[in-house]
Amino acid sequence: MTSPSVVPAPRAAPNALFEYLLRLGDDRLVLGHRVSEWCGHGPILEEDIATSNVALDLLGQATMFLRLAGEVEGKGRDEDALAYFREVVEFRNCHLVELPKGDFAFTTARQFLFDVHAVVLLDALSRSTHAELAAIAAKALKEAKYHVRHSAEWMVKLGDGTDESHRRLQTAVDDLWRFTPEMFASDAVDRAMIELGIAPDLAELRVQWEALVRDVAERATLTLPHDTPRAAHVRGGRTGAHTEHLGHILAEMQIIARSHPGATW
Amino acid sequence: MVARALPSREEVLAILDTVMDPEVPVLSVRELGIVRDVTVDAEGAVTVTVTPTYSGCPAIRVIEDDIVTAIRAAGISDVRMRTTYAPAWTTDWIAPDARAKLKAYGIAPPGRADSGGALVQLMRARPSAQCPYCDSYETEVRSEFGSTACKSVCWCRSCGQPFEEFKAH
Repeated sequence: MTSPSVVPAPRAAPNALFEYLLRLGDDRLVLGHRVSEWCGHGPILEEDIATSNVALDLLGQATMFLRLAGEVEGKGRDEDALAYFREVVEFRNCHLVELPKGDFAFTTARQFLFDVHAVVLLDALSRSTHAELAAIAAKALKEAKYHVRHSAEWMVKLGDGTDESHRRLQTAVDDLWRFTPEMFASDAVDRAMIELGIAPDLAELRVQWEALVRDVAERATLTLPHDTPRAAHVRGGRTGAHTEHLGHILAEMQIIARSHPGATW
Repeated sequence: MVARALPSREEVLAILDTVMDPEVPVLSVRELGIVRDVTVDAEGAVTVTVTPTYSGCPAIRVIEDDIVTAIRAAGISDVRMRTTYAPAWTTDWIAPDARAKLKAYGIAPPGRADSGGALVQLMRARPSAQCPYCDSYETEVRSEFGSTACKSVCWCRSCGQPFEEFKAH
């Protein structure tokens, strides 16, 4: 696993809500792109279709969050401008979602850890004081619930499957665990959102997340790693410090829009 | 151009009854529950409020274009589209007669949508779909994800026929 590159974090932006919406949108945009890499490469036809469906949902959710982010920013940027014309240091996704797709066990474990985070967060956000954000969260929650049902079932199938599938999934969980605290790390942006009743306290969500993850991990006969001090080292995505992998994703994602600005078909 | 009379809301609704969903062409956009509201202002400008089925549904842009095209074809030039996300689209809005059309088309209609419930559920705790070909309930879900976001792939143990089910959502 490659360590994140060290990029100095920019100062907190004046518009906390804009920053917060970018985080929600970018997590889904980047993961959606990663998951879409399975299209045509799924281990079986059903999973090829399933991963493509999940990718499409994530991109759709990213569209809603980024469109709202653009409106909140008020500088005339729409969801496409935010997706295609920002640089790596302007992306606000956590590191977990930008890691290469790995094998199917790695993709499954990453998706499960993210999906559980998504359901607890979206459930809380559906009660946000920000009406538009609450509406988007309520819509996305319905999709996140069948995403997690799918990834959780695969956790059990692979974890409680053959020696080989168990070994691969356990390795994936071990590798990914240190990337999970970043999903729950709070900074000034989160605190501003909590004060306004717009977003929930991530520390409280983490307790809920861990209980749900442990329940499935036990059924999957997996051993969850202990948190180590190393875990604290993986952070920076929320302020634009990313692994080298994000640049490669953006190169692929942005090249058409940048080569042919304004093109339609 | 011959000036036409101001359009009425009923006239627009009747036009929308003829706009079919591109993925499920036996259901109109109204039957599917995508159209949430239609207003006509004093100048005759029509605003159609729609809600997407799934957030990533690639058909939504086509549906919006089809709606605008159909209304303009009736001589109404000022058409605006509005998108709303609340309340979130649910298959519970699909009426019984529309469900019958789905079944006749070979797609099992959706069951009741899950509202609330546990955030993480491992298995689907719901009755199996009825086979649209032989009416048997001896069916199983082969994959929750099908050819479009709104459908899952099922298999009938009675008649051995694979079929699609419109997912309860």
